[in-house]
Amino acid sequence: MQMGVDALPAACYALPVLVSLLTIRFFYVLWRNGQPSSRPRAAGLRCLIVLGSGGHTAEMMNIVTTLQKDRFTPRYYVAALTDNMSLQKAQVYEESLIESGGNKTVENAHFVQIYRSREVGQSYITSIATTLLATLHAMWLVIRIRPQVIFCNGPGTCFPLCVSAFLLKALGLGWSCIFYIESIARVKKLSLSGLLLYKLRIADQFSVQWPQLQQKYPRACYAGRLM
Amino acid sequence: MRRRVLGFQCMFPNLGRASPRRRIPLGTITILQWPTEVILLKNLVRTGEEMGSRERRVVFVTVGTTCFDALVKAVDSDEVKEALLHKGYTDLLIQMGRGTYMPSKVSVNSTLQVDYFTFSPSIADYIREASLVISHAGSGSILETLRLGKPLIVVVNEDLMDNHQSELAEELANRKHLFCARPQTLQETVEAMELNNLLPYMPGDAKQVVTLISKFLGFPVD
Repeated sequence: MQMGVDALPAACYALPVLVSLLTIRFFYVLWRNGQPSSRPRAAGLRCLIVLGSGGHTAEMMNIVTTLQKDRFTPRYYVAALTDNMSLQKAQVYEESLIESGGNKTVENAHFVQIYRSREVGQSYITSIATTLLATLHAMWLVIRIRPQVIFCNGPGTCFPLCVSAFLLKALGLGWSCIFYIESIARVKKLSLSGLLLYKLRIADQFSVQWPQLQQKYPRACYAGRLM
Repeated sequence: MRRRVLGFQCMFPNLGRASPRRRIPLGTITILQWPTEVILLKNLVRTGEEMGSRERRVVFVTVGTTCFDALVKAVDSDEVKEALLHKGYTDLLIQMGRGTYMPSKVSVNSTLQVDYFTFSPSIADYIREASLVISHAGSGSILETLRLGKPLIVVVNEDLMDNHQSELAEELANRKHLFCARPQTLQETVEAMELNNLLPYMPGDAKQVVTLISKFLGFPVD
C-alpha cells in the first residue's frame, strides 16, 4: 500500500521526463537525418535493399551492380511475398559475383520476403488488416536485420520498412541511413511512397532522376538517370 | 475466276508470302486449268520471290507482364496492319502477356505475316530482331528497346487507374526518342511517323547516384 502511494508520484515525475526525453530524441533524429557522416568509414555496412516488380527491381539492381561490394556487405534483399521474380534476379546476380570472385560472398547475401500491405484490387476493409500485418512484419524484419543502410526506390513495401527504421532511430535502438532513389518512371510527380518519405523527412538522401522533378522538390538531389 | 483464286490460296496458303525455298514444285501445275491458272501461278511465284529476296522487317508488339487487350486489338485491326504494310513491314509478332484477346493469324487483304505468343524469358532477343517495336508504357520495355536502338511506338494503357506510366513515355516523346500513341490513335501514328526524326537515346548509369551515396556515408570518393 505504502509502495503504491510512492509509485504514483514517481510515475507522475518519470512520465513527463520520459516523454520529453523521447521528444528531444525524436527532434534530434529529425535534425540529424540528412546530415552526411563526418567520420570516414572503412568497414562493410549491413544494407537492406528493397526490390519490387514493375521496373523497381531493374533500377535497383543497376545501383547494386555499381556499389562497391566490400563497403556494402552483407546485403539483405527484400521483396513482396507475391513477387517471385525480383529475388530471383538478385539471386542470379549474387551467384554471378560468387563465380567471378571466390566463394566468400555466399554468406554476404540474404533474401527475405515481406507481406504486402495491399494487393492490386483488394478491398479497403480487408486492406486495413493486411496493412497492419505488413507493418508489424516490416518492424520485425528491421529489428532482426538492424540495417545500417537502406536502399529503396518506391515499391509499396518500402514505406513500412523505412518508417520502422526511423522509429528504431528515434528510440535509440540503432541507426540507419535511408537512401531513396525515385523511379525513372516519375517525371512530373513523386510516387506515394516517395512523397510520404520526402514530406515526413524520413529519407536521409532523396534522389530523383529528372531535373524538373528536382525543381519541384528542392530538398531532393538530381544525379542523372539510372538507365 | 475470283472463286478459283481463293480456292487456290486455300490449297497453298503460303504461296503469296512464301520464301523461294517454299515455292511449289512445277509438277503441281498439271492438275490446274491452263492457261489462267498458270498466269496466276506465275504471278504468285513472282511475288513470293520478291518477298523472299527482300529482307524481313518485323514489327514486334510487347505488353510485358500486363493485360493490354486494347493494344493487341488495335494492332490486329485491318487499318493498322494496312498502315504497317504500307510502311514496308513484312511480319507482325505479338507478345500478348496476360491478355485474352487472340489476334487472327490470317488477314484477308494483306500479306503481313502475323504470329503471337504469351510470354518469353528473352524479350530482348525479339527486340533485337525487330525493325519496329510497339510497346506498352512500362519503363522496362521502353528503356530496353531504346537501349537496343530500335524505333519505338509506346501505346499508353488508358484503362489503368493510376496512370503515371504515360509520364515517362510523354517525356521521352518530347525529347524525340520515341513516338507516343493511344490504342485508338495507333494507325495515325504509324502513318505519320518519320523514323529519321528520332534521336538516339543515351542510357544513364548509376555512377553519380552511387558517388552521392558514398559521399553521404563518409566513404572516400575515388
